[in-house]
Amino acid sequence: MRKSGKLFGEVSLWVIALAFLSPIYIMLVNSFKNRQELYSNALALPSRLSFEYYSSALKKMNFLVTFGNSMYVTVVSVIFIVVLTSMTAWMLVRTDNALSKFIFMTFVATMLIPFQTLMMPLMQFMDLIGRTFHISMLNSHEGLIYMNIGFHASMAVFLYHGFIKSIPVALEEAATIDGCSKFAIFWKIIFPMLKPTTVTVMILNVISIWNDYLLPSLTLSSKGLRTIPLSTFYFFGEFTIQWNLAMAGLTMTIIPVVIFYAFSQKYIIKGIGEGAVK
Amino acid sequence: MIRNKDRLWYALFTVPLLFIFITVVIIPFFVGIFYSFFTWDGIPANPKIYAGFDNYINLFKDQRFMASAWHTILFTIMALVSVNILGLAFALLVTSKLRSAKAARTLLFMPNLIGGLILGYIWKFIFSDGFRIIGETTGFKSVFFNWLLDPQYALFATVAVFTWQMAGYMMIIYLAGLQGIPNDIFEAAKVDGAGGWQKLLKITFPLLMPCFTICLFLSLANSFKIFDVNLSLTKGGPANATEMFAMNIYNEIFGYGNFGYGQAKAILFFVVIAVITLTQVYITKKREVQM
Repeated sequence: MRKSGKLFGEVSLWVIALAFLSPIYIMLVNSFKNRQELYSNALALPSRLSFEYYSSALKKMNFLVTFGNSMYVTVVSVIFIVVLTSMTAWMLVRTDNALSKFIFMTFVATMLIPFQTLMMPLMQFMDLIGRTFHISMLNSHEGLIYMNIGFHASMAVFLYHGFIKSIPVALEEAATIDGCSKFAIFWKIIFPMLKPTTVTVMILNVISIWNDYLLPSLTLSSKGLRTIPLSTFYFFGEFTIQWNLAMAGLTMTIIPVVIFYAFSQKYIIKGIGEGAVK
Repeated sequence: MIRNKDRLWYALFTVPLLFIFITVVIIPFFVGIFYSFFTWDGIPANPKIYAGFDNYINLFKDQRFMASAWHTILFTIMALVSVNILGLAFALLVTSKLRSAKAARTLLFMPNLIGGLILGYIWKFIFSDGFRIIGETTGFKSVFFNWLLDPQYALFATVAVFTWQMAGYMMIIYLAGLQGIPNDIFEAAKVDGAGGWQKLLKITFPLLMPCFTICLFLSLANSFKIFDVNLSLTKGGPANATEMFAMNIYNEIFGYGNFGYGQAKAILFFVVIAVITLTQVYITKKREVQM
């Protein structure tokens, strides 16, 4: 009795999990079907595996270029975010004065501001900076990275700040007496200790920057600069009726995410849990 | 001498980030408040005409804006209930002692990693052609028709997609809460003869209270700010029936070119979000003291 109950539990858990993922199944099977097969039965398995829609979506989305763009923007943004916010958070914790408190409170308070409140004036201001100093803040990956750093700074400083407070100062003081510079102390002693928070910060930022649509859509206007969410958006503007082609395109955009998830799933679930509780 | 050196280090460590942060967040925030008092079409050469509080007063007479606020509230209430019920149910399932629990946890969280824009497109196919085809083959046409063409069902469809996206996320947070409950409490209850439901209602739920607060307000803030799913699934349609707060602001500024008026909406949006989030912090803190 108990054994069969347990088996029933196992089976129903799988049924629930797979039913929950059925939209992915629908996407996948229809990416292989031709128009007639797709409309005769959207739920059935494809009668044959043809990759023609993949190769045509690959070309139409300019997938390899957009994938490279997304990689570049995400990786560089996340590296800068980790380096700059950890350094800042450390200084703010270790220099206990009114200025540090004010800066930290400002970071925390700005977490309340939704992106829609800043988007228009930000575009105006970046345009002004670009024209004044003759640098391309708009319509360049570097400008987008710059803005990503600004938008993701608060959360990362907040997470690092909380963690650094729990590290005893004694270690750093010993190193100071030995004559280490602050720079060396930070990178040799402190930064390695921050690893759990660094992992959390990296994961949260990779997910949100990789999937971000609105900010890149406002800044990047050249076709060649588009990131994956952007090219998906434009792809859909053109090919809504050809669902098989669209499903092949969507499947391709999800593959990198699934690979990333497969490798870092343990850290992601831990990181999300920790990030949210704070 | 040493003090000066310390100051230099302080600056070296903090100024790069502060500079970026001020130019990206702080200055645009104040410039945005400034813009909200003007009438302007966004073209630099055209004049900005001072409008005082007119933009803010007009907001409340703007029927489309008020409708979008109403959709957002309706959507938020429905999403809040469905996301949290499903998230909690998943969390309870995957903390059971079943062998597949870990694999199920991994699978159930996955939709959350896919961006809202892409999720919306997948579901657009399911709700439009997928549902139509299912309806034709099974005969249940009263349930399976194109949801996205019906104003009311299109809103339900948005709730469904948002739930699909967020349930796994909430599951992770509830999971952290469930794992924090010590096992001996349940064992003690078992000795006292408590059944499964009793344990759930009398022990698990009360001890999960802090978790409920976090999840409720996280889903509240996220559903209030919904944009990507809204854009790809319905584009606010049919006939603006699913146009939410964030999308209305976007359309006002970049669609109709009412930069000043749209910015006033954006500032109001900020105030609403701030009130919601601060209430959250207040309630969470209050609960922490009680626990």
